[in-house]
Amino acid sequence: MSFLRTVAVVMRKDLVVETRSMEVVYTSALFAVLCVLVFAFGFVQDGRADSAAAAAILWIAIAFAGTLALARVFDRERQNETLRAMLLAPVPRPALYVGKLAGVLTLLLVVEALVVPLVALWFQAALFRHAALMAGLILAGSTGYAAVGTLFAAMLARSRSRASLLPLLLYPITIPVIIAGVRGTAALLQPDADLPVARAWLMMLVSFDAVFITLSLWLFEPTMTE
Amino acid sequence: MRTLLILLLLSGPGLLAQTSQPQAQEGFVPVDQLPDQEQLPATPLVAAAYGVAWGVVFTYIWFLWRRLGRVERDLAEVARRMKSGAGQ
Amino acid sequence: MKRLFPLLVVLCIAMFAYAPFLIVNAPYESTMGLVQKIFYFHVPAALTMFLSAFVASIAAAVFLFGRKPGADRIAVSAAELTVLFGLVVLITGPLWARKAWGVWWQWDARLTSTLVMWLVFQSYLLLRRYGGPGSDKLSAAVAVFGGALVPFVYWSVNMWRTVHPTTSVVPTLDASMRGPFYFCLLAFFLLYALLLAARTMLEAHRARLEALYLGLED
Repeated sequence: MSFLRTVAVVMRKDLVVETRSMEVVYTSALFAVLCVLVFAFGFVQDGRADSAAAAAILWIAIAFAGTLALARVFDRERQNETLRAMLLAPVPRPALYVGKLAGVLTLLLVVEALVVPLVALWFQAALFRHAALMAGLILAGSTGYAAVGTLFAAMLARSRSRASLLPLLLYPITIPVIIAGVRGTAALLQPDADLPVARAWLMMLVSFDAVFITLSLWLFEPTMTE
Repeated sequence: MRTLLILLLLSGPGLLAQTSQPQAQEGFVPVDQLPDQEQLPATPLVAAAYGVAWGVVFTYIWFLWRRLGRVERDLAEVARRMKSGAGQ
Repeated sequence: MKRLFPLLVVLCIAMFAYAPFLIVNAPYESTMGLVQKIFYFHVPAALTMFLSAFVASIAAAVFLFGRKPGADRIAVSAAELTVLFGLVVLITGPLWARKAWGVWWQWDARLTSTLVMWLVFQSYLLLRRYGGPGSDKLSAAVAVFGGALVPFVYWSVNMWRTVHPTTSVVPTLDASMRGPFYFCLLAFFLLYALLLAARTMLEAHRARLEALYLGLED
């Protein structure tokens, strides 16, 4: 099977399983909303939060919900022994990684499509004032986060204490993505949006994505072989 | 009423003096209002830094020493058991 | 090597015993005064930490792609030493900052990237310890990521803000301070090499012990 076809098959498999149960989207979206709610109590004053808090809360919710989704997606693979089956299949290993990444990223974007409007609504944040730039930041940030997350969740799928270890590995490594995402969003949410700064952070996120995906593709093969 | 007046008269200058006190002090800054870092003595900080650096390294060396000793003892023990096992 | 080790240990102890005299006799820095003396331990510890992280990343990559168990033993040892020297850096740093900046901590590029790197190697050790079977390869991937990550954290925070004295401090150091500084740096590197050798030996002993136990059970 060719590279792109493998990617498409793996991604389609994940999305078909998900549309039947909706488990990952439902649980992570609810979890993200709860994160926003819990953090909101810490930042809101006189019924309004400042724009920096809205940016931070949005990205924390994305990161936390992303961990939950990653853990669940790979738990499912483990329960049905499908990960082992995929690894035994005569297809290029990097294609498996890219397929899983595309699946996870799609789920994450669905969750974000629910959470971003909610944050805009609750925090009266002007998230849609520069919708294209904002969408770019969210897409690039989620890609970087999912790229590292997919690699580590796949490696941890066989480990005993994966539930507690995944966030411990993921958060320090994705710190640059979170910093760039939060700073870029905060620049957009200022009363007078700082577009050049937001664009600079977007460029940085894109370069993080390139590095993270390259490193993950490089490491997927040796770490997934028994 | 008269006592109240006297009290007022007596306390008047006192109150005035109290309110004018901060103005009189404007020329210098009292020691406890200096910017934080200027009144801070450096000696305890330096001593703490060196103490911690030495303490951390020595604790590590001590643990490393103990771990090495235990593994070497176990190795000797296993070697002895293997020898006696081979002798039987 | 076996004969050289005790000799180097003695040399290392002598260097660390002599270092305080050099530091005390070094001139006072004009703006910071006494607290600047922390610099003589703080910067060498930081450089040792970065060296150690670099060693761990390279060794982990060699283990992953070359399948050499020896490289893995070096990687574990270097990761543990990264955390150790990182602890020294992260404690002495705030003690200096309290006096020089008036606060214990600043979210600047150098501090943040050091902290993130320390946390990455901390998670490496956690994974090693509690990850169960197969965690050696997994943690090697963490070390490779950790090594590659640092410039990016530095870059991203640098774009945001920087207050830490820059790298140009060291070459422009006054001649009378440069001597003690390089002496301390050398002492730290020697200490690091010795600790790495001892820790790798421990790991090799453990591997041998495990192999012997397996042999006994058969």
